[in-house]
Amino acid sequence: MNEMIRSLESKLGLSTVGGIDCDLHPASPATKTLLPYLDEYWRETFVMRGVDRLSLAMTSSPPRAPINVRSDWKAESGFAGDTLEAVRAQALDPFGTRLAICNVLHGAMIMHSDDMAAALCGAANEWLAREWLDREPRLRGSIIVSAQNAELAVAEIERRAADHRFVQVLILAQNDEPLGRRRYWPIYEAAARNHLPLCIHAGGSNRHAPTATGWPSYFVESYVAQASIFESQLLSLVAEGVFQKVPDLKVVFAESGFTWLPSFFWRADKTWRGVRAETPWLTEQPSDIVKRHVRFTLQPIEAPPDQDALARTLEHIDCDDILLFSTDYPHAQFEGLNALPVAFGETLAKKILIDNPLATYPRIAADF
Amino acid sequence: MVDTAVARQRSVLSQLGAIDCDVHPDAPQRSDLLPYFDDYWKEIVTTRDVDRLELTNFPTRTKPFFREDWKAAEGRGVEKLRRNLLDPFGLKYAILNCVTGVHAIYDPYLAAAVCRATNDWLKAEWLDRDPRLRASLVLPMQNPEAAVEEIERFANDRRFVQVLALCMGEMPLGRRYYWPIYEAAQRHGFSLGVHAGSAYRHAPSQSGFLSYLAEDYVHQVQGFAAQVGSFVAEGVLGKFPDMKIVLIESGVSWLPGQMWRMSKDWRGARIEVPWVKEPPSALVRRQIRMTTQPFDAPSDPAELERIIEHLDADDMLLFSTDYPHAQFEGDAAIPDGFPERLIDRLARENALATYPRLEERP
Amino acid sequence: MNQAVLEKETGTEAKLGIVDCDIHPAFSTPDELAKFLPQRWRNHLADYGQRSANPLVGTLPYPRMTPGNGMRRDAWPPNGGPPASDLSFLREQLLDPLGIEYGILQPLAAGSSTLNQDLGAAMCTAVNDWQLDKWTGPEPRLKASISVAQEDATAAIAEIEARIGNRSFVQIAIPPRTIEPAGRRRYWPIYEVAEHYDMPIGMHSAAFGWHTNSGAGWLNFYIEEHYAFSHSLQSVVASMVFEGVFERFPKLKLIVVEGGFAWAAPLMWRLDRQWNRMRSEVPHVKRPPSEYIRQNVWFTTQPIEEPENNRHLLDTLRWVGTDRLMFSTDYPHWDFDDPRYAFKVPLSPAEREKIFRENAKQVYRLP
Repeated sequence: MNEMIRSLESKLGLSTVGGIDCDLHPASPATKTLLPYLDEYWRETFVMRGVDRLSLAMTSSPPRAPINVRSDWKAESGFAGDTLEAVRAQALDPFGTRLAICNVLHGAMIMHSDDMAAALCGAANEWLAREWLDREPRLRGSIIVSAQNAELAVAEIERRAADHRFVQVLILAQNDEPLGRRRYWPIYEAAARNHLPLCIHAGGSNRHAPTATGWPSYFVESYVAQASIFESQLLSLVAEGVFQKVPDLKVVFAESGFTWLPSFFWRADKTWRGVRAETPWLTEQPSDIVKRHVRFTLQPIEAPPDQDALARTLEHIDCDDILLFSTDYPHAQFEGLNALPVAFGETLAKKILIDNPLATYPRIAADF
Repeated sequence: MVDTAVARQRSVLSQLGAIDCDVHPDAPQRSDLLPYFDDYWKEIVTTRDVDRLELTNFPTRTKPFFREDWKAAEGRGVEKLRRNLLDPFGLKYAILNCVTGVHAIYDPYLAAAVCRATNDWLKAEWLDRDPRLRASLVLPMQNPEAAVEEIERFANDRRFVQVLALCMGEMPLGRRYYWPIYEAAQRHGFSLGVHAGSAYRHAPSQSGFLSYLAEDYVHQVQGFAAQVGSFVAEGVLGKFPDMKIVLIESGVSWLPGQMWRMSKDWRGARIEVPWVKEPPSALVRRQIRMTTQPFDAPSDPAELERIIEHLDADDMLLFSTDYPHAQFEGDAAIPDGFPERLIDRLARENALATYPRLEERP
Repeated sequence: MNQAVLEKETGTEAKLGIVDCDIHPAFSTPDELAKFLPQRWRNHLADYGQRSANPLVGTLPYPRMTPGNGMRRDAWPPNGGPPASDLSFLREQLLDPLGIEYGILQPLAAGSSTLNQDLGAAMCTAVNDWQLDKWTGPEPRLKASISVAQEDATAAIAEIEARIGNRSFVQIAIPPRTIEPAGRRRYWPIYEVAEHYDMPIGMHSAAFGWHTNSGAGWLNFYIEEHYAFSHSLQSVVASMVFEGVFERFPKLKLIVVEGGFAWAAPLMWRLDRQWNRMRSEVPHVKRPPSEYIRQNVWFTTQPIEEPENNRHLLDTLRWVGTDRLMFSTDYPHWDFDDPRYAFKVPLSPAEREKIFRENAKQVYRLP
């Protein structure tokens, strides 16, 4: 009987009504769609060069892979989330979502040419504002930038910051260098200055193999490897002293998973105790820094079906503030509406759904 | 026959008062640098055993790289350099390029500290001991802010004539990320020296790491070519027109092919880089210089002149020995067949025009 | 060169056909290849796509200068489809007017750089079937390349063995941006088979691979990337020399495609020089590198270098050796070389014969 109840419970989630969805993906716009939002030089040369006919879909996030398109959300086009109607009907209404943050995963973020990347990111942000945020009051946006050129990224952040429907800055997890490095600091300063958390989302530029032993043969292998990339990024941000340099910075890891956090904390803290001399600016242990500055979106929940294990893991993390509700629509991370497993319990669920996002996103809190 | 040619070379050289644009001092060990660290870094490099900073890609212990006779000569430091090079070659100046593992350090603060100590060591142990010596500033390219500080620190010591980077680092050197360094360098009259060597941030070839040192060394050319491409495409040459860029130990003969190809591509690809307003070959001729050892040339000396003709730039080549590497026999530092009419330019005039800080009183 | 001379040149070519060593056939529609794939792989492609180290799905990360990923603007067939996807237009625009007796297809099969090795092998097989079906079958002037997924030598050899009896295939196609340098032992079984069947290995410039596109970091602009194509080919030559591939397989033929060739001279000089200095490191390399290159390596001519002073090209031709060169157009790319105008220097009739025809006929064993 207990078995059956447990099995039933795992199929039912807690209510998500009134929640703030911190990771929702409208389908990335075709390059042609962005032409009206580009200046004359780019419009002209893109047409001349045939760039407007190119899809900038990313290998790290293949648009048709089953994990990226839940089968019941798949449109005739084979993609998902490509119309506002679909997003309302599939992502907002059924979950009772009060607000959702749109994270557009666009290849603009990884182009090699600094200027082209910046131009396309700017166009994509403008597109999001005009064609999504203007039309649906429940939606909020992330300012996408290419981390490769900090100066241009900062310019875009400053440009977009005046529109308060943009609530965070978005970059991808894998770049040229680990994100703690000083070349990226101006981006963090600009984000913090404008009360915008920095969201680091799964995916990347393939400037390097996703693993230290080379290129995985299979997408599933690469996807799993993302967790290691996130761990490296987390430690880089901490070790390089980003949070000492920019104490107001909040970072959100999106689609990173979080059940690896306890072992990360244990190992990072232990190592730090032994090698403190190398990084004298770190006057407290890494786990405390992370708990203060870093948040994690809920999906994917990489845990066994046994709800006890998930509950224990949450205990190990020992930080009720750390998780932010997300559906990761239209990625296939859960079945039906079961986005919030019962293991969280009602109290924690409310924090995850509402309080933690409000505490993380000042611009959303101002609206609420 | 060979001896006569060598003897002729020696007499030619000693009359020229040449400026040697690529000389390597002994690689500094920790014991050499220790006096120049502050207390904090002294402790760090000692307890963490930071020593023997040597690039795998530019090793100091590889036998075939070095001339036996120079290695075996008596003395050490400046004394040995005088005995092996400065006196017998009758040099007017020699520019010291220190290529060590510091370029590969990941920690930007440690890299900056080691660079500072290395430059202080160069000044005290070399420049202060012989008025013929000049040097390149070793810069922590991993840390552009610290690199700019280092340039400012030595701006008034005119014996430092150049700032040094490797031909294969983290990013192509033309990228805007590095521009603050060039801005400071140009302001103070430093040239930019790009020297053979890789920090192994990336495999030297597009197919990964090479099996053999010989193969690896051949690949240095690709690093140089990528840098020239980057300086052109990113607009560095137009943006910093007073800063000469010297390609050191590159092999020379690969450049004409690149000039031809890039100029051809530029005609078709100009709209991508609208700030490049002249053909790449014109830009390269104006600002890029090359040291002459090694000179990858056919064995027939008559062909050397053809290659130089292809370069079509009398002021481009700078005399170098690449001491103490084994690039030539005896005193035959000037490549066989080098046109007589260009010897003075090669030996002195081009270097004087390339390094604005060279002739000023220290 | 005045018009009369040009016309005379054209007249000469019309009598003796030329061999074009680099033509890129294209799919008319994105799913044209699917016809040649088993259902299992069609399904896989629909769900997962063809994954490689390229960060963008199905798009080159360095956009080209013209639509269609860098095609000649006049090469779009009037009947529709992308450049070089229509056989009748190919005949009309390329084969017939330029007097091409044989054209070697370089299909640039994605299978060679696919991360999923089984998919890669399947795609290579499909591309090989497609070449026979759409191109060499109906048009005997066209010759095909056996595309193989070289990182899995066993699968690659199986594909070669399956095709070797069909003389529509005249070379084995491997990209120069392999996961290890091309001369390393994991690839030797392929070279052994190639030498055994006297099938040249054609390595054509690749737009992406497993490693950074330069030892100095990722390049920013297409103009830089385009230049760097020649580097991967230089690395192939250096690796094959230093690993002793030509010593072990003395009859192996390597064709360097779409890299230009002016760099070959300074490369040979540099290789010889370093081999002289460090022979003890590579005792298995028994002869100067340039000797191996003059024995085992050929270069297709496009994109032909254009020195400001044309005479300099004559030096280069002499240094590389006209025996080693084979003409190519690279149709339908934007930097296509026209056989009538590509060589801006006078060639003797014998040199012209060799470069435009005889070298290729010999290397590819064309009838």
